[in-house]
Amino acid sequence: MHITLIKRDLLCKHGLPPVTICLLLLFYWGSAVFADDFSQSREALVQEIISDFKATAAQTHRAEMAPAVLNALRKTPRHEFVPSDQVKRAYRNRPLPIGYGQTISQPFIVALMTELLDLQSDDVVLEIGTGSGYQAAVLSEIVDQVYSIEIIEALGERARKTFDRPGYQNIHTKIADGYFGWQAHAPFDAIIVTAAASHIPPPLVKQIKPGGKMIIPVGSRFMTQHLVLVEKDENGSVTTEQILPVVFVPLTGGGKR
Amino acid sequence: MSANTPPEDNSKPSVAFLFSIGLISAASLGCEILLMRLFSIIQWHHFAYMMISLALLGYAVSGSFITLMGERLSRRFDHAYMINALLFSLMAPGSFFLAQKINFNPLEILWDKGQWLRLAEIFLLLMLPFLFAANCICLSFLRYRKHINRIYSADLIGAGSGALGVILLLYWLFPLTILGLISALALAAMALLLTDRRQLKPATICAGFALLLPVLVWHSDLQIKPVTYKSLSQTLNQIGTQVLEQRSGPLGLITVVASPDIPFREAPGLSLLSRSLPPEQLGLFVDADSLSAITHFDGDLSRLDYLHEMPSALPYVLLQQPEVLILGSGGGSALLQALWHDASRIDAVELNADIVDLLRHQFAAYSGGIYNHEKIHVHVAEARGFLESTPALNEGKYDLIQIELLGAFNASSAGLFALSETYIYTVEAMQKALQHLKPDGLLSLGRWVQLPPRDGPRLFATITEALQEQGITDIAERLIWIRSWNMSLILVKNGRFDQTEIRQIKTFCSSRAFDLVWYPGISENEVNQYNRLSQPFFYQAAVALLGEEREKYIDQYKFNITPVTDDKPYFFRFFRWRALPELLAQGKTGGYSLLDLGYLVLIATLILAVIFSVILVMLPLLVNRTVRKVIFASQSRVAIYFSCLGFAFIFIEIAFMQRFSLYLAHPVISAATLLSAFLVFAGLGSRCTGREKNRRFLIRVVAGIILISSTYLLFLSQLFNASMAYSNVSKIIFSVILIAPLALLMGMPFPIGLSRLAGEQNDTNDRLVAWAWCVNGCASIIGAVLATLLAMHLGISAVIILALLFYGIALMSLPDYQ
Repeated sequence: MHITLIKRDLLCKHGLPPVTICLLLLFYWGSAVFADDFSQSREALVQEIISDFKATAAQTHRAEMAPAVLNALRKTPRHEFVPSDQVKRAYRNRPLPIGYGQTISQPFIVALMTELLDLQSDDVVLEIGTGSGYQAAVLSEIVDQVYSIEIIEALGERARKTFDRPGYQNIHTKIADGYFGWQAHAPFDAIIVTAAASHIPPPLVKQIKPGGKMIIPVGSRFMTQHLVLVEKDENGSVTTEQILPVVFVPLTGGGKR
Repeated sequence: MSANTPPEDNSKPSVAFLFSIGLISAASLGCEILLMRLFSIIQWHHFAYMMISLALLGYAVSGSFITLMGERLSRRFDHAYMINALLFSLMAPGSFFLAQKINFNPLEILWDKGQWLRLAEIFLLLMLPFLFAANCICLSFLRYRKHINRIYSADLIGAGSGALGVILLLYWLFPLTILGLISALALAAMALLLTDRRQLKPATICAGFALLLPVLVWHSDLQIKPVTYKSLSQTLNQIGTQVLEQRSGPLGLITVVASPDIPFREAPGLSLLSRSLPPEQLGLFVDADSLSAITHFDGDLSRLDYLHEMPSALPYVLLQQPEVLILGSGGGSALLQALWHDASRIDAVELNADIVDLLRHQFAAYSGGIYNHEKIHVHVAEARGFLESTPALNEGKYDLIQIELLGAFNASSAGLFALSETYIYTVEAMQKALQHLKPDGLLSLGRWVQLPPRDGPRLFATITEALQEQGITDIAERLIWIRSWNMSLILVKNGRFDQTEIRQIKTFCSSRAFDLVWYPGISENEVNQYNRLSQPFFYQAAVALLGEEREKYIDQYKFNITPVTDDKPYFFRFFRWRALPELLAQGKTGGYSLLDLGYLVLIATLILAVIFSVILVMLPLLVNRTVRKVIFASQSRVAIYFSCLGFAFIFIEIAFMQRFSLYLAHPVISAATLLSAFLVFAGLGSRCTGREKNRRFLIRVVAGIILISSTYLLFLSQLFNASMAYSNVSKIIFSVILIAPLALLMGMPFPIGLSRLAGEQNDTNDRLVAWAWCVNGCASIIGAVLATLLAMHLGISAVIILALLFYGIALMSLPDYQ
């Protein structure tokens, strides 16, 4: 506070260009170092996720991420989607609190959910539960259009402000009940639901395109237990697959029964 | 005020002083129960348990502190007593409000080490009131060293009355108001001491404040604030939500919430293919969590077709106009389901009278008066207790008995119930339920699906065990098991399923995308069709549990799925140590979510309690040479005697509380009766010891405890069975009669031992008494946690046997006279 006042004082009263220049240089150098710091830690996080994928491949059947998913993770600045007190932890592979009893999901889970949807560049995706906006931002790097619905007004507004920045023009948000999806833009190639309820909303199942998928994490806010992948085949038949990210078979002997 | 009492004053404590001690103890135990209640609302039950258990170490801190201080405090007894009582009065509410402000998030505890620090801050804060209360009692032992039995008696009787008082008050008052009353009790205790010392003016001021305090709290806008991750907090963050009603009782805080903009849509396991959706609902939260729903019903059943699209509808497909018993009717969804399926009579059993009252009155119109419906007969009772106390007719009464889901979806997956005894999912409970079924009647058991499977296989193992014990040989022919992505349902028939029924079941499942897990004659290619798992785990479990290799399968399974019995009624403890390294190694990729947090919290509590106890017990020995010398001179007898008594008392108390909770059926009635009976009669026992301090007397006391406990161990079940159908009042009286002689004797060894240490007044004796108080406090706290753990692993009977062993060891190490 005092330092800021002194600086302002110096600049206003004396209008010293060298000081201004020095400060500006300092600022740009600082932000460059900062950005560099984040890009390094982001890359470290991506490497960690890559190894998590390999470790859990036996259960998830995905040893690697698609290049588009990998690229999206490398590009999306997770630190911009967390509250200021969490910025220093933004690139840890763990869920973080974002206020209102909600969390930004663990990056590995975000990556896995995105990967399991098998997205294409011309896909239209619906997200139920915008939350921090990070998942929508990752999706927006991969697909054509992302529609995202949030039920907590403050979170929805916060995410909307983040998406106003350049690069997120293909994300469309609204604050509403997500149970009936977003009929105006249905059907969707993929739907991503950020928290499981007592049942999967049948109206959402209807909004999946034939051949499309929906994914839902099951567990508490800080611990995803497993993922439910809902698949609709070309004939409209629906099945679910429950994917445990853990290499853990209930019986001893590695499940060779 | 007389600041210094004469050093050699052997006068008896006055009745007023004994009342004062009683009030302090009542306030302290009341505070314990209340903090547990409050933190169960703010946090989750298992962390509340951990915080309060560790906070009780305040008793041991008191012992350690007074040992270090020696006679410096006891010489200024009146001052010290008053200051501690005043500090208790301030910190009972103060520590709660400060602790509530600490931003502790138990869900993050495995991710963030900083959370442990916050947990420590909370428990250290909560420790303070117990420290001050314990100081009052310990100093009183020193001040009235020739009458320790009277002080201890007042302490226990006060504690017993406090327990009973607070539990009863919880029926009428909100917890924060009671916290005000507890604070006032300590002021009243001060007023009594001042009156006793003829300080009438300050006594009047204290009494005035004591009367004023509850009124101030009543009119204040102090609030309980649940953490933001509890379901209620999250719901209230949504747009347009509104709290319609809040009721508080010893069974929990009930909150009814309306959310017109983002409607509640509770329909567990509703088929993905359902065309019908739940109508408008109100959310019903217990302790700010465990969401269930009150469904809007206008009398038109055709609007509730969704009730036919859930796994729980299966039994109705096989029955015509059944007579139904629903155990755990809650918000009434299961009742609506029974009505939709044209049940001819429905007995609804609900434990929480507040829920029944809300649905009968305030929300009667909204819920279509289901709790007043002519076909529905409501019983406010605990589920197992209802089964036990209702006489089973020769042929049973019901076509269908439905045990409703216990616990919310996410709570279940987080292993939050691992600590609690559940007498409805035991072998004995299943057998009892089957007795109430008509021939060909069905028992229906729904559970959330957990992956890897835990609930389902354990329930299946328990049922098959129950049938096996009854000598039934065609078990496989009597069972059906189906599942959706998140619900599984097991049906047990009082007879064999026939081919027509099996066809109906297959159609029911295929039209709703539910999977078949087991039916008589199933083949592997019929399973794992709609909700696919990497292996057909559920089917594999069913085959194994019905086959020759059942025991091997149960033994090898990575989670504990052994059949649950009344002796180890911990259905929700699935944890096995051998799985721990694997789960921790994969923590961040989902392993953490498979840890039984409730159980691990119990273990962590035990470890922390042991560490702190060792520090508290050793500290005076390390710091003070005199203490060290005296303790060593006693050849560890003091340590052994008082720790054994601590363990033995709490082991017996906890074990019998669990035994009686099944008999008295209602958790609140059981806790209130047992806790107060144990403490009050132990207090009377202490009073009876008089000047009896010799070994021969102690031998008789311990022999009595062993004789009575062994008799109960052998014959209690028979006694309970014979009197199970008695009225509640008779059962309470009978329980008190059974507890009285045992507790009476259990109250004697502690004052006998302590009186031998107290001797004449000198610094050494003061320190020795305080140290014994510290040791006993530590043992009681470790013992409480250990008893629960041992009951889980070895069974309740083993806990009682161990307690008797501790009494035996105590007998052999009775300290010498000082």
